[in-house]
Order: sequence, then C-alpha cells, then structure tokens
Amino acid sequence: MATTSSDVKLDVTPRGPGGGLGVAGWLRWGWRTLTSMRTALVLLFLFAVASIPGSLVPQRGVAPEKVAEHFKNTPELAAWLDRLWFYDVFQSPWFAAIYLLLFLSLIGCVIPRTKVHLEEIRRKPPAIPRNLKRLPHHASFTEETTVDEVAARLRKRRFRVETGPDWVSAEKGYLRETGNLFFHISLLGLLVAVGFGSLYGYRGNVLLMEGSGFANTVAAYDRYIPGTMVSAESLTPFSFHLEDFNATYVIEGERRGQALDFAAKLKVTDRPGSPERDVTLKVNEPLDVDGTMTYLLGNGYAPTFKITDGKGQVAFDAPVPCLVVDSATFTSECAIKVPDAAPTQLGFLTRFLPTSVKLHDGTYTSAFPGAVNPQVEVWAFSGDLGLDSGAPQSVYQLETKGLKPLLMQSKPLNVGDTIELPNGAGSITYTGVKQWITLQTTYDPGRVPALIASVIAVIGLILSLGVRRRRVWVRLAEVKDGNGTVVEVGGLTRTEGGDAAFAGEFDDIVRALGARSAGTAGEKNAHQ
Amino acid sequence: MPTSEVDAGLATLSDQLVLVTVLLYVAAMIGYALELAFAAPRTNQVSGARRKVLAGAGGPSADESAGSEVSATSTKPPASPGWAQRAGTVALVVGWLGWAANLAAVVIRGLAVERWPWANMYEFVVAICFAAVTAFLFMQIRFPVRFLGAFVFVASTIGLGFAVRYLHVQAGPVQPSLNTYWIAIHVSAAILASGLFMLAGVSGILYLIRKDGLSRLPTRTDLERVAHRAILVAFPIWTFAIIAGALWADRAWGRYWGWDPKEVWSFITWIGYAAYLHACTTAGWKGKKATIIQIIAFAALLFNLVGVNIFVGGLHSYADVP
Repeated sequence: MATTSSDVKLDVTPRGPGGGLGVAGWLRWGWRTLTSMRTALVLLFLFAVASIPGSLVPQRGVAPEKVAEHFKNTPELAAWLDRLWFYDVFQSPWFAAIYLLLFLSLIGCVIPRTKVHLEEIRRKPPAIPRNLKRLPHHASFTEETTVDEVAARLRKRRFRVETGPDWVSAEKGYLRETGNLFFHISLLGLLVAVGFGSLYGYRGNVLLMEGSGFANTVAAYDRYIPGTMVSAESLTPFSFHLEDFNATYVIEGERRGQALDFAAKLKVTDRPGSPERDVTLKVNEPLDVDGTMTYLLGNGYAPTFKITDGKGQVAFDAPVPCLVVDSATFTSECAIKVPDAAPTQLGFLTRFLPTSVKLHDGTYTSAFPGAVNPQVEVWAFSGDLGLDSGAPQSVYQLETKGLKPLLMQSKPLNVGDTIELPNGAGSITYTGVKQWITLQTTYDPGRVPALIASVIAVIGLILSLGVRRRRVWVRLAEVKDGNGTVVEVGGLTRTEGGDAAFAGEFDDIVRALGARSAGTAGEKNAHQ
Repeated sequence: MPTSEVDAGLATLSDQLVLVTVLLYVAAMIGYALELAFAAPRTNQVSGARRKVLAGAGGPSADESAGSEVSATSTKPPASPGWAQRAGTVALVVGWLGWAANLAAVVIRGLAVERWPWANMYEFVVAICFAAVTAFLFMQIRFPVRFLGAFVFVASTIGLGFAVRYLHVQAGPVQPSLNTYWIAIHVSAAILASGLFMLAGVSGILYLIRKDGLSRLPTRTDLERVAHRAILVAFPIWTFAIIAGALWADRAWGRYWGWDPKEVWSFITWIGYAAYLHACTTAGWKGKKATIIQIIAFAALLFNLVGVNIFVGGLHSYADVP
C-alpha cells in the first residue's frame, strides 16, 4: 500500500515458522508472507510482466484473425502457445492467479489498516514529547498567550487539538490515510464491477447492408459472446433499419483519401410497438437503448450481382459484402458462391475498385476510397463448391482447388455491364453498389459501477499522495520574572519526503501563534 | 461537420517554430552544462545548512554516506566561477524563450488545422517535450532544481529532433474517431503525465549514473527528491488519463477496457509507477531499488509511445508515422 512511513505491512522478511508450529503456524506464516509489502511488490511486478505477452502475441478477444494466421503459419508453435494460454492471456488461469493473489494481499493489508485508521480517527492527538528541541522542526519565542488561545489558533487551521495544563498537541492530515484506504478498496470494487459486467453482460457483432434491418436477438448476430449468467430472453428488444450510410473523405491535397466522417442513418424502434425514431450513428456517438449500446465499427462495399446459370435461370441476385484489402483505397475482394446454379455450381472471385484507374502496365487499381468510378474485376469458376462436404468455409473466400476455371481475364465491369461465361455456362451482371457497416452491440451492467469505483480511486489517490500527515506540539512556560510566556513549538510530518514542504507551513504556524516574524527566525535557527 | 481545411501558412510557421525551439533548447542545454561543469563537485553528503531540511526526505543512501565520508567541500555550498553562474542564468532565460517558441508551435499547429494539436505521433511528441520543459521550468520557480537543466533540455532536444526527423507529417485533419472532445481530455492528461514522468526519468537515470562520493552531478538526495515529487503529481494524472481513455473507448469502441496493446502497456506503466510508490515506503527498497523500478516504469512508458505505435499496432493506430 502507498505512502506513509507507519506502514502496517511488515518490512522484515517473514521468517519460516520453524519446526513444530503445526498447521496454524504455517497458515499464519503464509498469510504474513502474502500480506507483506515485499510480496506485494513482487506480485505487482509479476502482474506487469504477465501482461506483456498479451500485447505481443495476438489475442483471441482482440484479433482472432491474427491468431488463426499463427495457427496456419506455425502450427506447432501455435499449439504450444495455445496450451500455455498465450492467445488468451487475460483469461488465463496463471494471470488470474496473480491478480487474485495480489487482491488477497491487498485485502490482508486493507483490513488491519482500516481498523488502525478507525482507531486513530477516534483517538486524541498523542501527548507532548519531553524534548521538543529534538523534533525536525522547532522554534521558540516569548509572547503573552495561553493554552486556550494556542489551541483555538491551531483549531482554526483545522488541526485536531488536545490540551494539557501547559501544553497543546495537534494533528492534521487524517485524510491521507482515508484516501489511501478508499483508493485500495475502490480497486477491489473495480475488480468486482468488471467481473459482474462480464458475467451479466453480452457482446455481439453484426454486418448490416444498406436497406436491411436488425432486431436484437441472439440469432441475428454474426458473432455473439454472452456472459455466463445471460439468458437469450433478457436481450433488450429493440430493432433498427439501416437507411443509408455515408463516408466523407478528403478530396485533394497530401491527405487525399483520408476519412473525415462516417454516418449511418438508422430508423430505430426502441421496443416492439413504439414509434420509430431517426438516429445518426457515428464513430464516437453510439446508439443507446436502455443501456444497451450499439457502435459503428467498420464499413465497406457490397457490389450487387445478378447471375444466370446455364439453363437461363436467375440463380443469384443480391449484394455481396467484400472484405477491405487496402483500407487506404478500399480495394476490396469478395467471393460469390452460387450452389443453385445448374447444370454445375458456379463460383466467382471479384475485386472491387471504388475509384478504378488503369495503370501503365494495363492492370487496374483503386485511387480513392470513395465510390467515384466503381468497377469490378471478375474471375469465374465452375464445379462442385464443396459446400456439402462438411468442412467449414469462409463466406469471403472461394476454395478454387478442384474447380474448373471459366473466365480468367476480363476488363473491369461498370455498373450495368454483363459478361457471358464461356460454353454457355451462364452470365454475370454487375447491377450496382451498396455499402455495409459492421456494428457491435454491448450490454455491460458493470460499466457504471466500474466508473464510480474509478472516480473514487482517483480522488482517494489524490488525497493519499497530496495530503501530508503532520503533528505540532506547543509548550508554554512562564518567564522567570513573570513577564510573558515562553512558547516552544515542535513539528513533525509523518509523510515520506514531506519535510521540505512542511518547513514553510511550520513557519506559518509559528507566526500564527504570535511570533513576530523577524525575531522568530533568528531565534529559531539558534535553537537548531 | 469536420473540415479538411488547413491553413498552410500557419502550418509552415509552426514547423519553423519547432526548429527555433530546438535551437533555443540546445543553447539552454549548453548554458546549463557549462554551469554544471565548472561548478565545484558535490558529495552525496548533504551540507550542514541543507541537512536539517533534508533529514527526513533523504533515503538511506544519503544517511549511510554521511556517516562514512568526510570531505572538505561538503561543509560549504558548491562555489563556481562567476561566468559559469552567468551561463546558468542565460540558460534559464533562453530556456524560457524556447518554451515560448514550443508553446507557439503547438498552438499555431492547432490553429492551422482547427483541432487539438496532438492527434498523431509527431504532434504528441512535440507536446510531451513541451510538457517536460514546462514541468522543469515551473518546478524551478519554487524548488532548487536548476542542476537538472542540462539533462531535461538534452532529453527534450532529442525528443524534438526525433519528431522532426522521423515523425513529421504535414498538418491535416484527423480520422473520424479522433474528432471528439475526448482527445482534449484523454490525450492532454497523457501528455502532462508523460512530461512529468520524463522529468523523473531523467533524474532517475542521473541517480544511477552518479556514484556515491564526489561528482559534478547533482547529489543523489536532490535527484531522488525531484523524481519523487514529479511522480507524486504525475501518477494521479496518469491514472486519470487511463480512466478518461476507458471512457472514450466506451464511446468509440464498444468497451471500456479490451486489452488493446496500448491499453496493456499503459497498464504496465501504471503498475510500474505504483510499485515505485510502494517501494518508496518500504525499508530496504528506498533509494537505488526504487529508482530502478522507476526507470523500468519509464521504459514501459517509452515503449508504449514508440514501440507500440511503430511495431505492435492495435486500435490506437493513430500515430500516422511516415
């Protein structure tokens, strides 16, 4: 725990219990060791070191696609890393072990310190030491004053004061330890809030095409990650419809193509039967329906195609969401699978170029992320797509092994263009362009408690690092010839490194007690 | 509606002011270095006049050396030739001029792009150097930390030089995610805390370089005190910066904490400085061990700034490094 020199944690290395202490002795030894400051330091250090792999090895929760890539490139290493939980560091048992031990150590420290602090708050300031001259801060002067007056002046400076027949003892800065305890307790609160949120909250991702809708049910999500205590019925029953998506880009200059603004126009129905409302979803402006938040995460293009098969029937007519390959120009790739085509199934690979330009070598590329001249390049295949084989396939990729190439080179298509496939296998028409957005919906009942705990933590931290604990004692003695009183003042700060700053305050206090400032300084030095 | 308008004239002026800042910082650095180099060497033993003030603040290292060492120079304050002191005074004035140029460069960059001027790594590093110099110059008003001048300005000059040479990007608009008032809250706090941590880091490195005994470098007690004070102020600010970042992430990314690499390393940094504060109150850990912990935490801070931006990536990919 933080920064007072009166640390309750044991500074000494805990000694082993030796022979014959039995179970209770061992337990006491274990608890003492766990709650010692040295162990806390080691655990803090381990906590930091243990999180390093979480930033260097891709994490399932953050970048699942990179984890998959690892498994593909270095399967053996990946298997070992996986066994050691390196792809889920922050969910791993060893990481949990460290922070649970740390929090246990924290509890073992907070409880006794809270007890001590509660006693200290109720206790009166300690009696005056015999020799004030031995304190780090000391001054004396002659002045007509009384114990009551000194006590009143110190109280005015918000000291807690205790008086004796010829002395005053005063202390302030209790808020330091109060803040310190609040800080550490709120860290425990933060842990509880995070845990509560992950048990009772859920997260879901969905890709939505312009002109289509979404209702908040488990089945509607592409990926749904519920906490263990979430039931499917508890999802807030809102729904919305994506009217239109707009991206704005810098048109000219060095930063041409940089995104300026993304805006998705939604019509939202908060609960079944309630009236629709218009909401513009932006990057930093999520949709909030009763604490369930929906965020705009990404966007891309979905060219629409109409595909006729060898028998002349329309086998496919829909938008195809493309994966963005180059985020600077939004060059995108997608796969079209037409299992219903007859006589053989058809598959297409397409490359979408939002602002297509021809290069010197005859190839095409996209020069700008906005859809200024949206063209597509198409490669066509026929044969068994393998969709019934049972092996999982990505919707964005076409496994071309075993397929017969039909069309390997074509000029990029403009909207409205059609290409006939060779051997009467059919035709493909590029009918238009839509945009898609990816959304994340999050319900986390722990976020507000976590915020409250964090705010308390910061306030506690500021108090515990900013306030100084200090004591002042004053002793009054009659001058021998009966003219005035000798006032002797001693001061002490119990805060590490606080002496230099306390010196100024001590001078102020001495002055406030009645020392005529010029004379005091000399006398003060003389006493030291 | 965000704008893509950039005032090219102001942007160029800002770039030039950064160069002026570098030159002034170099001059200040030389001045401070002369003052330090031609001053009398100091021992780690605190002199009689200072001792009473520092008795509680000094770590065990100061107390130990005080017992074992007797030195003629330790009883009087370090004397230096008049011209060396004047060099220090000139350095102070030049340092303030550089500070003003740095401030102007930041403000004018902001005016040129009509947004908060710390949205990419170039702007961020320029702002951190400004924060470090600010922390030093203002600390100097109240506390005797002039001995640190040469080193703070070395660090800031290197930082600015690195920014100009390797990180510079033309002034321009930002991605939609950065276009919010949260950048003023979260990034400003991070800059302020980083500046103070830099001051502490410089002190810590000097502490380790300086052995006990006679040296022209400032005493270990002084260095330790500056570092401790800077971290006391910086730690709550850093905590606030992380929490503000979590609040922003809650608006922008759909969760307040997701173990993104930047988040991981800011967390590691936080743990590191927390360990330092605990070490400072633990017998046997004060002094050298605490300073080593502080330096490790500072290294984590630097890695978060440089390493994560350039090598690791993640959601905080705003560095825009050319």
